[in-house]
Amino acid sequence: MITALTAEKLACVRGERRLFDGLSFRVKAGQALAVEGANGSGKTSLLRMVAGFLSPAAGTLTLTQDGKPVTDAEARGRFIGWLGHQDGLKPQFTVIEQLRFYARLYAGKADDAVLEQVGLSRQRELPCRYLSAGQKRRLALARLLVSNRPLWLMDEPFAALDTAGQALVARLMAIHCGNGGMVVAATHDPLGLGNESVTL
Amino acid sequence: MSAFLVLLWRDVKLATRSGGGAALALCFFALVATLVPLGIGADLKLLARVAGGILWVGAVLAALLSLDRLFQGDYDDGSLELIALAPLPLELTSLAKIVAHWLSTGLPLTIMSPLLALLFNLSPDAIPVLVLSLLMGTPAVSAIGAIGAALTVSLRGGGLILPLIILPLLSPAVIFGAGAVAAGLDGFSPAGALGLLGAFSLAAVLLSPFAAAASVRLNLSG
Repeated sequence: MITALTAEKLACVRGERRLFDGLSFRVKAGQALAVEGANGSGKTSLLRMVAGFLSPAAGTLTLTQDGKPVTDAEARGRFIGWLGHQDGLKPQFTVIEQLRFYARLYAGKADDAVLEQVGLSRQRELPCRYLSAGQKRRLALARLLVSNRPLWLMDEPFAALDTAGQALVARLMAIHCGNGGMVVAATHDPLGLGNESVTL
Repeated sequence: MSAFLVLLWRDVKLATRSGGGAALALCFFALVATLVPLGIGADLKLLARVAGGILWVGAVLAALLSLDRLFQGDYDDGSLELIALAPLPLELTSLAKIVAHWLSTGLPLTIMSPLLALLFNLSPDAIPVLVLSLLMGTPAVSAIGAIGAALTVSLRGGGLILPLIILPLLSPAVIFGAGAVAAGLDGFSPAGALGLLGAFSLAAVLLSPFAAAASVRLNLSG
């Protein structure tokens, strides 16, 4: 069980530009953090840093697991559920094939209840190439659910979704936090979770 | 099923479905092997002599055609991040992709080669040598190709640089592979060439996943 994500004096440098500097925050189990900021301010870079793809130019990121700190980037990746701005779907695969692949890869379980939850039961056997942008996003959410990871990193979670879809995202985040999970979301819209936020 | 096998099976499925590249490689190989005898003409002795070299070059170039998709597709649609976060070290991820590429191109090319060797009037004694050399050598093509594919994954137009990086590294496989066939044709034992080919291939398959994984890490941080 992981209990907290702590960032201390993080700095991010992309090319010659310093995107942010001295960024500190702390997310505890059951909490959500909204990362706000203008386009190009480094929201995605921060998420990639937490996921361990990017190493910070300065500062440390620590995940606390059972009271012990996990600082290694690759070890941290094993706790992360990733919802990037790309959905990671193959046009050749059907919805259920795609979901099963990710479920098995993450040693989770894919069942029809998850598809029901994100409103894709009728598209179960449809190849992903026929899905709309919003439906792809819903399938990505289903993937996030079956990956069964405690720390969700979400890049623009509301993008491409209709009103019902946005409500779905908010509901899923609330349930996830209610179960002791954590959410870090880069967004321009309020998460509606009574959450804290950092601005880059 | 372990994450390794899940990824392996998924890559084989992707390669063999429409737009996957496995069929393209096989068609290319068959085309080369059909057109070269037409171009050279009906000199049966000459055809048998060049068969090993042409079929080996054809197989390497055919495998190369589908290599740029090894990581590119996953990088472009965001799957690579998700795979990197799975409970599987990137080294094993790379190995799974190498094995999948071999199963979907190298192995079918090898199976197809005795049929195409007939077009070259290759003697029945030399055909098993050709098949064995391809069986031993094509894993090296997939493995070394994976390094190139991982290095060029974030480059636009990486498809052009990839062959430039890996073709020099693959030349030993072509030399020993075609050399084994030529030795068999001349009545010598092909064991020496095949032994060197096997050693080269084994080293490539064992070491390449580390280089490919390092390149993927580098590209994900870009």
